Amino acid sequence: MILKSLFVFFALAFSATASLAEDLKLAVTTSFANSGLAEILLPAIAEDTGINVQLLIVGTGQALALGQAGDVDAVLVHARAAEEAFIAAGHATHRREIMYNDFVLIGPAPDPAGVASAPAAAAALELIALARAPFVSRGDESGTHLAEKALWAAAGIEPQGDWYRSVGQGMGAALNTASGMDAYILSDRASWLNFGNKGNLALLFSGDPAMFNQYAYLPVNPANHPHVRADLAATLEDWLTGDHARALIDGYLLSGEQLFHFNATPD
Amino acid sequence: MVAPILPMIMSQAVLRRGGHRILGPVTLTLEGRGITIVLGPNGAGKTSLLRAMHGLDRLRSGSVSWAVPTEAARKRQAFVFQTPILMRRSVRDCIAFPLTLAGHSRRDARQQASAMAERVGLAGHLDQPAQSLSGGERQKMAIARALVCAPQVLFLDEPCANLDGRSTAEIEAILLAAREGGTRIVMATHNVGQARRLADDVLFVHRGLLHESGPAAGFFSNPQTPEARAHLQGDLLS
Amino acid sequence: MGNIWQGLTEAARLVLHLDADLLEITARSLQVTLSATVIAALIGLPTGAWLAVSRFRARRVVVATMNALMGLPPVVVGLLVYMLFSRSGPLGVLGLLFTPAAMIIAQVIIIAPIMASISHQAIRELWADYHDLLISLNASRVQRIRALLWDGRRSLLTAALAGFGRAIGEVGAIMIVGGNIDHATRVLTTAIALETGKGNLALALGLGFVLIALAMAVNLALHFLTRTETSGRW
Ligand SMILES: Nc1ncnc2c1ncn2[C@@H]1O[C@H](COP(=O)(O)OP(=O)(O)OP(=O)(O)O)[C@@H](O)[C@H]1O
Ligand SMILES: [Mg+2]
Repeated sequence: MILKSLFVFFALAFSATASLAEDLKLAVTTSFANSGLAEILLPAIAEDTGINVQLLIVGTGQALALGQAGDVDAVLVHARAAEEAFIAAGHATHRREIMYNDFVLIGPAPDPAGVASAPAAAAALELIALARAPFVSRGDESGTHLAEKALWAAAGIEPQGDWYRSVGQGMGAALNTASGMDAYILSDRASWLNFGNKGNLALLFSGDPAMFNQYAYLPVNPANHPHVRADLAATLEDWLTGDHARALIDGYLLSGEQLFHFNATPD
Repeated sequence: MVAPILPMIMSQAVLRRGGHRILGPVTLTLEGRGITIVLGPNGAGKTSLLRAMHGLDRLRSGSVSWAVPTEAARKRQAFVFQTPILMRRSVRDCIAFPLTLAGHSRRDARQQASAMAERVGLAGHLDQPAQSLSGGERQKMAIARALVCAPQVLFLDEPCANLDGRSTAEIEAILLAAREGGTRIVMATHNVGQARRLADDVLFVHRGLLHESGPAAGFFSNPQTPEARAHLQGDLLS
Repeated sequence: MGNIWQGLTEAARLVLHLDADLLEITARSLQVTLSATVIAALIGLPTGAWLAVSRFRARRVVVATMNALMGLPPVVVGLLVYMLFSRSGPLGVLGLLFTPAAMIIAQVIIIAPIMASISHQAIRELWADYHDLLISLNASRVQRIRALLWDGRRSLLTAALAGFGRAIGEVGAIMIVGGNIDHATRVLTTAIALETGKGNLALALGLGFVLIALAMAVNLALHFLTRTETSGRW
């Protein structure tokens, strides 16, 4: 009797999850997902194309690994060098730039290292290293972490010491850590604006073009994985580079600020 | 009719436990009809002897054989343990358990179990958890469970140890009725009075060895070994 | 303290508003974990009983392996299942990755050893009690196991609930094999991880309270069901 009702329950539960729309699996980075833009784009995509985009929110490294294994149909990431290596290895057919946002330097509001008045991003990091002010690094080879490393390299600094905390976690967890220890941290603007546990932290430095963060869309190579929905991936690419996407992306405001800048070029 | 499983022949049976020989070598034959009483002081090996006959313990050497293959013979035997084994079920379901194992329908098994419970005086306790029975009730339950499958051979290990006089008399009546029905009974007891009332034959065990075996009349009137004589007298003294 | 209070009020708000998303992920949590619990119970409980009544050469090794499997980090199970069901893995053709089915499989692997181990322990004690009786009554191995499972059902329920408790709160494995896809594989625990990541600590904690309430409700419901069914002392 109990077993029977359990079975009915499961049958219902499972059938409820099956839907008629066509599913496309897209691996995206945490920073993109945290921006909240997905909640604007996904319903529009479903409306315009009939594609139900299922987001897998992971780090850049895992996103590319999922694409390589054929477990997703496309990836949307922001790590140029890794993307190019991915294409060179034949895992994706090409990369298509969609939009960019920017990284911002967050830190304790009193700004003990004085980064707010720094002339450039590299100089700001130099000030932090000089002051040996606590700095939290994602340390997870994510796009944000790679960008951070590039900035350190530009500053000519190999960050190390007990002020430099590599947490090996996602943006949110890293921000939570920084908030907990009043540390500096590099974040993408969207994650920062959406972050709910700011504590003493404040946005101290931004605007250097070196901190721009380009997002690109890479469809998984159907030659490696015949089962991937290359057709849907192509439709989605067209949509993401089209006018409706431009309007939604450029028009997406968070706390009154524009987060993303559409920069796809028509083919 | 089911094929008779007797005679049982135990030949040079030896049980060892913890580096000691606790039984044997024992050679005996169980056949015919009636009640065999196993007598002997504490630790003599009565329980061990019954268990060996029933095939519960692996013999170190020697053998026990029945008229039919051992498996088939076991199905026609029942054993009432010195400490009743209580399942975590109602009294009714405990008594019905051997029947369900034998393939009876649940309904049929429960019906027969209820009837058997009535015979041993447990009619008012059918739905009670077996674990909540009193010491004497537990023994009655175990006897009902043993009788419910109408065994050809019934082993009982001190089944009346916790029973009052009246219950003992009731159980003795049940055993005598079973005997009339053709059930061969082998029972260990410390109660010499009970032994005198019930025994057709006697096995006297001492220090793991069978000292005497034979008709009850001869044993009680004229025990052959000094140990048996002392045992009977000791009992009389106490 | 303030944060915990916020979490509580957040939980109350979520529940009072009967938020549609909350209902959906709660139902999915239940669906995945109850399925995993039922399947793992069907595998684990009889396995434990069988190990308790069987004597064979490798038994010690099997029991030790089982106990060791209990300590397996869920993330490792998740990785293993991911690799099995990845499109590049041996079972990739089934297309089960990032579905509730994959999450169920991962949870079964995590909790079946726990259930088997607890049931082994409980049934072994019962077997010691029942041994002579069952041998005397010439019960077949299947009959023995059935009688032990039935009479040990209280302990087995505990074993099943222990498994359920571990599965309902598990996040590492199902995050990897389920992918935390909104409206497809998102459950309470992965939603909690996600909201924590966004710094929405109150919401995350609120979801945590919902999770605790859910686990308690299932426990109470099962105890109630079994109580009414047996109405006995055991
Ligand atoms: N597993 C064991 N290890 C060591 N000794 C054992 C073991 N089992 C039984 N014995 C010993 O074997 C002897 C015979 O035991 P048994 O139970 O057959 O005696 P009994 O005649 O039934 O005694 P009682 O009248 O007290 O029931 C006892 O001395 C007992 O201690
Ligand atoms: Mg004894």
